[in-house]
Amino acid sequence: MQAIYQSPLFLPLVMTVVIIGVFPLLAGYIVLVERKVLADFQVRLGPMRVGPHGLLQPIADALKLLLKEDIIPTNADKFIFWMAPVISTFTALTAFAVLPFTEQLRVADVNVGLLVVSAMSSVGILGIILGGWASNSHYPLLGGLRSAAQLVSYEVALGLALVSGVMSAGTLSMVGIVKTQLARGVWGAFDNFGFMLVPFVIYIIAATAETNRAPFDLPEAESELVAGFHTEYSGFRWALYFLAEYANIFVVSSVAVTLFLGGWLRPFPSVKWLEIPLNYGVPVLLFAGSGVASFPLAKRLKSHIHRVGLIGMAMLLVLLGLLLLVPAVNAAVAGFFWFFVKVSSLVYLMIWFRGTFPRFRYDQLMNIGWKWLIPIGMGCILVNALLGLAGA
Amino acid sequence: MDVILFLLFAAIAVACGVNLVVQKHPIASALSLVGVMGSLAVLYLLLGAEFIAAAQVIVYAGAIMVLFLFVIMLLNAGGEPKTPGKSRMAGLLGIPLMAVLLGLLSYLVQRALPKPAGVTFGAFTGGKPYDVGKAIFTEYMLPFEITSVLILIAILGAIVLARKEID
Amino acid sequence: MTMTSVPLSWYLILSAVLFTLGVAGFLFRRNIITVFMSIELMLNAVNLSFVAFSYQWRQVDGHVYTFFVMVVAAAEAAVGLAIILTVFKNRATLQIDDVDSMKN
Repeated sequence: MQAIYQSPLFLPLVMTVVIIGVFPLLAGYIVLVERKVLADFQVRLGPMRVGPHGLLQPIADALKLLLKEDIIPTNADKFIFWMAPVISTFTALTAFAVLPFTEQLRVADVNVGLLVVSAMSSVGILGIILGGWASNSHYPLLGGLRSAAQLVSYEVALGLALVSGVMSAGTLSMVGIVKTQLARGVWGAFDNFGFMLVPFVIYIIAATAETNRAPFDLPEAESELVAGFHTEYSGFRWALYFLAEYANIFVVSSVAVTLFLGGWLRPFPSVKWLEIPLNYGVPVLLFAGSGVASFPLAKRLKSHIHRVGLIGMAMLLVLLGLLLLVPAVNAAVAGFFWFFVKVSSLVYLMIWFRGTFPRFRYDQLMNIGWKWLIPIGMGCILVNALLGLAGA
Repeated sequence: MDVILFLLFAAIAVACGVNLVVQKHPIASALSLVGVMGSLAVLYLLLGAEFIAAAQVIVYAGAIMVLFLFVIMLLNAGGEPKTPGKSRMAGLLGIPLMAVLLGLLSYLVQRALPKPAGVTFGAFTGGKPYDVGKAIFTEYMLPFEITSVLILIAILGAIVLARKEID
Repeated sequence: MTMTSVPLSWYLILSAVLFTLGVAGFLFRRNIITVFMSIELMLNAVNLSFVAFSYQWRQVDGHVYTFFVMVVAAAEAAVGLAIILTVFKNRATLQIDDVDSMKN
């Protein structure tokens, strides 16, 4: 029995199973958060019916999608129509293999980690293009063409921003990148006398475009193209595209966190006396605080079951916050906690973009990509090289 | 394990390669080519070429094939009409002769190589980005710079060819 | 030879098979895009031999060659597809047999 735990394949296999099993649920809850946050921006409530404050909505949605009739258009290319969402999902989930959640908690640490992520995101484009083409319909074809042009353009800007990040980290291994930041005592985004903020901003903009998110969501612009490349998709296949999209959002956020925001490191990792207040204070405040804040909400609910459910969840959150006060538990999950806090903030930022910016016109999109992001990204590499020489 | 992985991905590569040649529609051919490139990337990993494997997927499967698909979709290129039989002999003899040629080639390769040349995963670790980068920027500096000029020329050529006529 | 190692010749044979398939596609197919893809297949087959030889000599040079081949292939794809677009614009066909005004 002991041998199984110590096998080098044990942790990667467990992590793989956990990621594949848990991520669809997580994606569902990211959708719920998105709907709730957007609703909040627009001064409404968002989903409220299923579960207390709509907490069970993702599960209901997933059930609905699984039970829906599977429609394949008559003149569609059946094999490619079937393949395309599989390619998207497969590549998006493969990228998880190299994400370091903490130093130990990861599937693999390969010395081309960052390249694997960008390889998977570039192959993922194929899924979108092929899906748009195989539907054999006008709107999906237009959506597919648009996304091909957009993703190829913004991949260049994304790559240039990544090169800047790699220049200051000096390695392509995802674990190695975080370790370099620990050794230098500064997050990647503030390295080189703070200049790295420029590539960080470029990365965030390009990543938003790479994941087809508003304001760059032209491939699925509702007002022009119905739903873009996945207009003809329904039921489970559509759910796969959806899963791929949210997996991509998670992956680009994780890469940003790893490369620019110190991965699993807490803020100010080199300042020793901040360890207690940050590693203990913040999680407890976050979990127990939100738990306590949920109690008054529960009183106003009309349905008895919902009220009990929400109180139960609030108790769970408080309990989780208190559990994090135990030093052994805290030491084990602090890195994981920080990683997720950072990723969640970036996901929130992307939702914020969607709630704030109007969609760009097609020529504006290309202008931003080719005339602004790519030249600035190239300039960043040059300046970074000079600053790196000055700093060394 | 090495043998199984090699045979699996070699079989996928060959099957996709055959599919590329026999499929009537360019999109199906392009998809098969992606399959070949993906399985070749795995074989590169088995040969210890980590950087090249990643570059293969990024450059070939990601960039070049997306460009191909983009053009196929833009031109809405359908399947090709059946060409009237130019030569019946070619149709009859082509495949057997190809098999003979391949058999001869494999036999010669098998004969020419020293016997103990076996490939074991992990025996060669010189394919890391660091090693490749070092070779490119020291030993192969001049070819690298010339290639960058070549790319510049290719960009200019593509723009000149594809731009709209100014009336 | 143990079961855990693959003979290097297998890689070279695979490379030869893929190259032959590329040649076959190049000769038999009439769609200019498929012909172009066959060329890419041939380049890939050659790359496999480069990487295999690199393994055999435990040197990184083969990887560098492969890298250059990739770069050239990318440049070639950009220019080649631009030419295909131009041909299609002028002739409204992708069949290489139809583009023969230099013949006779």
